[in-house]
Amino acid sequence: MRSHKLFLSALLVLVLAFTSVLFVAHAQDASGAGLTIGFAQVGSESAWRTAFSDAVKAEAEARGINLLFSDGQQKQENQIAALRSFIAQGVDGIILAPVVETGWDDVLQEAADNSIPVVVVDRNVTADESLFVTRVSSDFVHEGRLAAAWLVQATAGKCDIVELQGTVGSSAALDRQQGFNEVIALFTDMQIIASQSGDFTRTNGKEVMESFLNSIDPATICAVWAHNDDMLIGAIEAMKEAGIDPGQDILTISVDAIPDIFKAMMDGDANATVELSPNMGGPAFDAIVAAINGETLPRWIPVAGGIYFPDTAAEEYARRGGQ
Amino acid sequence: MRSRAFPLIATFVVFVALYLIGYQRFPAFGTTRVIANFLTDKSFLGIAAVGMTFVIIAGGIDLSVGSVVAFTGVFCALAIGRLGMHPLVAFAVILLIGAAFGAIMGAVIHFYKIPAFIVTLAGMFLARGGAFVLSQESLPIEHSFYELIGDLYYVFPDRGRLTFVAVLFVVVLVVGIVIAHFTRFGRNIYAMGGSRESAANAALLLGVPIGRTTIMVYTLSAVLATLSGIVYSLYTSSGYPRAAVGLELDAIAAVVTGGTLLTGGVGFVAGTFVGVMIQGVIQTYINFDGTLNSWWTKIVIGLLLFLFIIIQKVLTSYRGTFTFRLIPGLSRRAAESKTSASPP
Repeated sequence: MRSHKLFLSALLVLVLAFTSVLFVAHAQDASGAGLTIGFAQVGSESAWRTAFSDAVKAEAEARGINLLFSDGQQKQENQIAALRSFIAQGVDGIILAPVVETGWDDVLQEAADNSIPVVVVDRNVTADESLFVTRVSSDFVHEGRLAAAWLVQATAGKCDIVELQGTVGSSAALDRQQGFNEVIALFTDMQIIASQSGDFTRTNGKEVMESFLNSIDPATICAVWAHNDDMLIGAIEAMKEAGIDPGQDILTISVDAIPDIFKAMMDGDANATVELSPNMGGPAFDAIVAAINGETLPRWIPVAGGIYFPDTAAEEYARRGGQ
Repeated sequence: MRSRAFPLIATFVVFVALYLIGYQRFPAFGTTRVIANFLTDKSFLGIAAVGMTFVIIAGGIDLSVGSVVAFTGVFCALAIGRLGMHPLVAFAVILLIGAAFGAIMGAVIHFYKIPAFIVTLAGMFLARGGAFVLSQESLPIEHSFYELIGDLYYVFPDRGRLTFVAVLFVVVLVVGIVIAHFTRFGRNIYAMGGSRESAANAALLLGVPIGRTTIMVYTLSAVLATLSGIVYSLYTSSGYPRAAVGLELDAIAAVVTGGTLLTGGVGFVAGTFVGVMIQGVIQTYINFDGTLNSWWTKIVIGLLLFLFIIIQKVLTSYRGTFTFRLIPGLSRRAAESKTSASPP
């Protein structure tokens, strides 16, 4: 028995040694000039989310901000625990990218009680507005307007459009639709002749496009407007299967700027994409600094992405980690 | 007796060591803020893990815990928000539903002799599916009672907050320890779990009502999972069908690192508490550090689990020594159950 106790003790020491090495290895990183800001991210569930995290980290490094990054693994409880840890540590500010809209009141109240400014980025929260400084997020309406403006210019204000809507009721779908429709309403010869939800997925985008091509004479369709790139990529497949040359016979415009849409542009199948900007770190840091200085901020700081065309597709594809 | 306590002592040593490593690098670890956060942030996991401890000591497993937490949250959100129930009424209703759910799982396990992990796996799907049928999205709970509970906390001099849910966790823990070590139901659970180890230990089962104990232990686990769901809904003021995915696995990890044998019969509710706190320390450390990938939490817990399973294996493979030490307690317990079986 004695020898086994020895063995167990040795094992215990080994595991402890391992964990302490793991812990101490990063001991130097905590010291840093400037502000200490905690960033509670949703997780790393999509390429866009990862690009968003990387953009915030790069921005923090460029500014000399000591960023405490927490990946919530798509769990609200992890994010709340992270916020509490940030508060306990006495950070100068907190950036929260919430996984869900509800349930933040108590922890935001705790941050407010400790005079720590919180900036909400990306998705919204239902908590009382007094509990956070401002919200930084993409301007979906602007994305819709930009998409429409390009299409107006490309078709000289004359175009019959089929629309692939995002998930019914989602703010991204509603706002992109609103922005797009605002602009085309200014042109009497631009109209949406068919519109249906493709739920933001490739398979549904393909199915909806197939049904459009069956019910409408493809020759009368001037352009397809998709609320995201994934649905458009599905629609491109449907058009190819129907013997139509996407990007040529039917113009395409969509939103997100995911790597695969640049691949499609390189293949000549897509015309333009509006970027859903992942660069929210800069405006969020600015907002925290402004809040610390006692400045009042607008309730919402929109972040607008640009529009991308085939001429830069190859380099964008490489830059965004497509392979 | 000393060898039975060894895993518990080892857990405690690991906890203290991890805590000191954290304290040495981040002095804030010494504040009541961080310590109170351990209790608050792990309250729902801890309450569910207490229930899981009983199930595992009894030689079973309960995989439905996380789903029951999610179902409870969504149910409370709907009952309070849509049906206009008072939260306390909603809590009473859902605790009854939870108890019935656990009792049914226990009964199926006992009467149909189906392995617990299959029955509770079915329970996991049922409860998770039910949560999604009730609502696809996160529902806010806005009620003055929730605000009242949210504002109910004790503030330490250095601004740490001892919240209501943290206190509730400690109460559940104490009640759990009392049930495990000072009641006949507790002794029956140990006897039932111990009997699975070997035929010799079957002697322990004299006078133990197996059916009733099985049903009761799963009922207890489900009630505590429901309570954990109520705490989760208080913690987030909302009900979310995707909440607490995999919580049962974290609970099992806490129970095993807390010194409870997965084969049943041996274990400590207090050890589970330490197991839960270890997870809290690791998570807090990683949040404080701010550069470590949060998945290191899982790796460290995985390593600790591995260590403790080996400890268990070594201890149980020396059953000769082990049983020899157990015998006095064994005969005493058998005698007790005999006397308890006789009519009063």
